[in-house]
Amino acid sequence: MFNQKKFIVSHAPFWQDGSSISTKNYHIMLAAMLSVIPGFLQYGGPAVAVVCFSIATAMIWELIINHISKRPVSIGDGNAAMIGLLFAMMVPATTPWWGVLVGTLVAVVIGKQIYGGLGGNPFNPVLVSIAILSLSWKGMFDFDEALLAYDFDHTMIYPLAALKAFGPDSVSSFSSVDLLMGRQIGGIGSTCGIAIIIGGIYLIARGFIRWEISASFIAGIFITALLFNMFGEESKYAGPLFHLFTGYTLIGAFYLATEDSSSPVNFIPMLIYGTGCGVMTILIRNIGAYVDGVVLAILLMNIVNPLLDKIRPKALGKVVGK
Amino acid sequence: MIKRSFFGLQKPRLEYDIVSAAAPEPREISASETVQLFSNTVFDKKDQVALQPGDEVKTGQKLTILKESEDYVISPVTGTITSISPCTGDFGVQMTSIIINRKDKEEKDGRFNEISKTPSLQNTKDFLAGLPGVLPSALFSESDRKIDTIVINGMDTDLLVNTKQYIVKTSTSAIKKGIQILKEITGIENFVIAVPEALSLEASSTGAAVKTVSSIYPKALPHLVLKEILGKEIPAGSSFEELGVLLIGAEAVASLGTAYTTNEIPTKKIITVIDKHGFKKLISTILGTPLKDIFSALSISAEDSDRIIIGGPMTGSSVYTEDHPICNDTDAVIVQDRNVIPFISDNACINCGECVRICPAKVPANMLVRFLEVSQYEEAADSYDLFSCIECGLCSYVCTAKIPIFQYIRLAKYELARIHAAEAENV
Repeated sequence: MFNQKKFIVSHAPFWQDGSSISTKNYHIMLAAMLSVIPGFLQYGGPAVAVVCFSIATAMIWELIINHISKRPVSIGDGNAAMIGLLFAMMVPATTPWWGVLVGTLVAVVIGKQIYGGLGGNPFNPVLVSIAILSLSWKGMFDFDEALLAYDFDHTMIYPLAALKAFGPDSVSSFSSVDLLMGRQIGGIGSTCGIAIIIGGIYLIARGFIRWEISASFIAGIFITALLFNMFGEESKYAGPLFHLFTGYTLIGAFYLATEDSSSPVNFIPMLIYGTGCGVMTILIRNIGAYVDGVVLAILLMNIVNPLLDKIRPKALGKVVGK
Repeated sequence: MIKRSFFGLQKPRLEYDIVSAAAPEPREISASETVQLFSNTVFDKKDQVALQPGDEVKTGQKLTILKESEDYVISPVTGTITSISPCTGDFGVQMTSIIINRKDKEEKDGRFNEISKTPSLQNTKDFLAGLPGVLPSALFSESDRKIDTIVINGMDTDLLVNTKQYIVKTSTSAIKKGIQILKEITGIENFVIAVPEALSLEASSTGAAVKTVSSIYPKALPHLVLKEILGKEIPAGSSFEELGVLLIGAEAVASLGTAYTTNEIPTKKIITVIDKHGFKKLISTILGTPLKDIFSALSISAEDSDRIIIGGPMTGSSVYTEDHPICNDTDAVIVQDRNVIPFISDNACINCGECVRICPAKVPANMLVRFLEVSQYEEAADSYDLFSCIECGLCSYVCTAKIPIFQYIRLAKYELARIHAAEAENV
């Protein structure tokens, strides 16, 4: 008996399809890097610094919280790093170091860890942070002011701010192709539409994000903007393509609204959620007080998510009314 | 192990292994020295124990541990009992293990031979309840006479396994005889046999109505097979017998036929053995043979930190020793190399929804697991369809967070059954 072999005894199933949280997060980061690189090329050193500092501090905050709450160290799952990267993609390249430090603190600690860590957060941590920061320091997300020191060969105004202040005529100099190719100013990784779309399609094809949410988000934006453009007051509202390629629309559709914990998983709820995000975004942009509506629209739909996910198919053999 | 495809957008497609047209004869492997049997009878010191270590037993002899008990096991060999001891199975099931040392000279017990000319439900209950392939106990219970259809499952319910299919392919006459006996002793006229497309020709010669089963996992699981055949869903939590259906494995029907044809109690079991490299062999061995005998005969080496699985990769169970015997429900034995054993974790659910989208029973597994983790079983059953689960294991298979969802579900069902049993006793 003493020489008995020690086998691994565990329960079924004995197979697993090889997916894991870290694989998923690293792939999302890989895809996101695709749209960060144009930001590096455009804004140079400061952008690199913001991205690196953001990822590093997000991971450090996570580590600190792990120690304080005496929980297993969870930076290995890549989620903190991903939060840091997405946060950096949304801020201007000239964000001060303390802005990044506070931003990642809010994202990791208030956005995620106080709810019990990954999977427990009711809101997208990055968006919680962006929302709190933009309410606390107004100038931080004024891209026109923040990027004053730069001069590129394209129009140096933030398209959505110009639209809000001066109407669609002021942004007629932006062609859709220019916007799509990233010839606009904005957050470090949120301006180059084509890169975000390629990254998003990669994630959808690999099954890391849910296509239903991205597709319905874009459809919601497009249809609502089109309705405003067609039936609204003449020359007051910009066209759907403008809305699609400016601000946080694309990064929202592919990276922010699709965050697992704060979005629904059933088919119909996913469509309602995505469409809701899109519709709310355009409502805020066109008739609300804020320049970009994506952040608040997604946060709003995050609140509705648990209720939406109650809409689900009848389980096998379920007897209604029993 | 089948991994997620590169394009993870599409659902994983797990296909059953269909027995090949040129399947070789199962290799005969005999138990070397000892066989081990499990009896459901549990005894303590006060009880009158009918068997003692040192007792001589014959092949086919009924072994009843307690004098008054109806429960028995059939000795598959001739030899001497060396130990009778209590043991514990999956989920803490109490059993008694009987170890028999084999003798070279085989002697046959003739009691079944005397009555086998007159097949009856009572005779079957008295001698054949432990047939290879397992006859369902509902066959013998008096209260369930409403049953009007017997469904024979000729498709293995788990991946990789070929046992039942092989029986359908090669033992059609035994199955045919088994069906005749069942008709005779139960009076039930409706017989349906569920088989994969490839075996429909063989199945049609058994005389039962043939129903083909899709080769995509988990279509051969009992709930889904019966849903196809009956054309309606089985209400969650109710048994098949309540709907008037009895599900019997093809091997049990074939064994029943063989028993009344040869007038001997069959003791051989067909098993699919899969080694570390995925090579598959069909073997035939007597019940009670320890796994190590099979491994040495097939020169399979199971080392420390490997895993020995009884049953298929999705729904089987693992054992901790090579001494574990072949039981009458052992359809497959798999040895999994330590390098391919996936780890499980205590991560919280990240709500990615993979489980919800793959669940064939449309159970909201993402919500369910949140309740099961904190032992809120009643809430899970009332609001999140715990009893709709058909136990395919796909939720754990696709889980990104590597949560053992399937085990949580099985534990919850077990705990609820225990709570309800305790409540019923205290009323």
